[in-house]
Amino acid sequence: MEVVGLDSIKELDSREGQDINSLIERSRIPLPDPDRWLDEDVKRNVAMIATDAVLNWGRLNSIYMHATGPACCIFEFLSAFTARFDVARFGWEIFRPSPRQADVFVIAGTVTWKMAVQLRRLYDQMPEPKWVVAMGACAISGGTFRESYSVVPGVNRIMPVDVYIPGCPPRPEGFLYGMLMLQEKIRRSSSKKQILEGTYKFKQNFRQFPAGNH
Amino acid sequence: MTVALKSEQTASQIAAAFPGADVKADGPAVVVAPDMVNKVCAFLKSAPGLEFDYLQNLTSTDYLDYFEVVYHLTSLKHNHSMVLKTRCFDRNNAEVASVTGVWRGADFQEREVYDLMGIKFTGHPNLKRILLWEGFPGHPLRRDYL
Repeated sequence: MEVVGLDSIKELDSREGQDINSLIERSRIPLPDPDRWLDEDVKRNVAMIATDAVLNWGRLNSIYMHATGPACCIFEFLSAFTARFDVARFGWEIFRPSPRQADVFVIAGTVTWKMAVQLRRLYDQMPEPKWVVAMGACAISGGTFRESYSVVPGVNRIMPVDVYIPGCPPRPEGFLYGMLMLQEKIRRSSSKKQILEGTYKFKQNFRQFPAGNH
Repeated sequence: MTVALKSEQTASQIAAAFPGADVKADGPAVVVAPDMVNKVCAFLKSAPGLEFDYLQNLTSTDYLDYFEVVYHLTSLKHNHSMVLKTRCFDRNNAEVASVTGVWRGADFQEREVYDLMGIKFTGHPNLKRILLWEGFPGHPLRRDYL
């Protein structure tokens, strides 16, 4: 019986290694930030201004966050949720433990390649529309660990990022400012763009993880 | 305060138990051959007056000429400590006898040394990478990595 167990563990290990190595292979070039993917035709021919205003108002005032804290930035992130900074006044105070109920994915910390596979999977599980916030130097570019053998040099290698919050770590005020910028981005976004981005993001997902890998 | 035992004295005790073995004192540490580490450790754990029942730390160093595996041992019974070292001169095929049979806690630490330094521990029950993933090229804490 032990032999069977060991065999299957070996199989799991090698499969995990293959997943990580293939993700590294596919992540040589950073993904473009979502803003650049706007189709001119749709932009000129469809107008949904009133709907947009209502939708965006709802979205930006009830941001459900899904946070991951692979390193120390998560403590500054959590400090932002204390009474002193009080994010509840902006409507971001609800944490979602499940990515399927979240709008914004906050990555606060250093991401290693071993963790990258899981983060990418969480991102894929989030419903559209979704936004990604990279918090801290490590999440933006790998920080001091950029040249390391095990660290992802910026999470934009594995998922498109909407807002970068610099700092090592950024203060809670910095986090608030970054999230206000994200709110501004949501306020200015149009449904056409969201729909279009959605298709693009879906294609992107499809390129990253072929069917059957989930 | 934990008393650090004199290395010369401990080395002579080990040499008396293993006649003909290559045991010498080097500064605060006792240096033994890599293939007999497990036997020496079993002796150090059970010999009356020594009884090192706690493996505090197991690590390794790369000196380019050789790898050194370091064991920090403590006796909770007698409240004394010692440092045991072993040296592997073969870079491509470094092998040290595993001490998981003596102290169960050596398991993960030996796997970490294997993962990052590439030293094989013969007799280890489950010697595979612990921090990095399967298929990772090389051993990153070696000084000639990259």
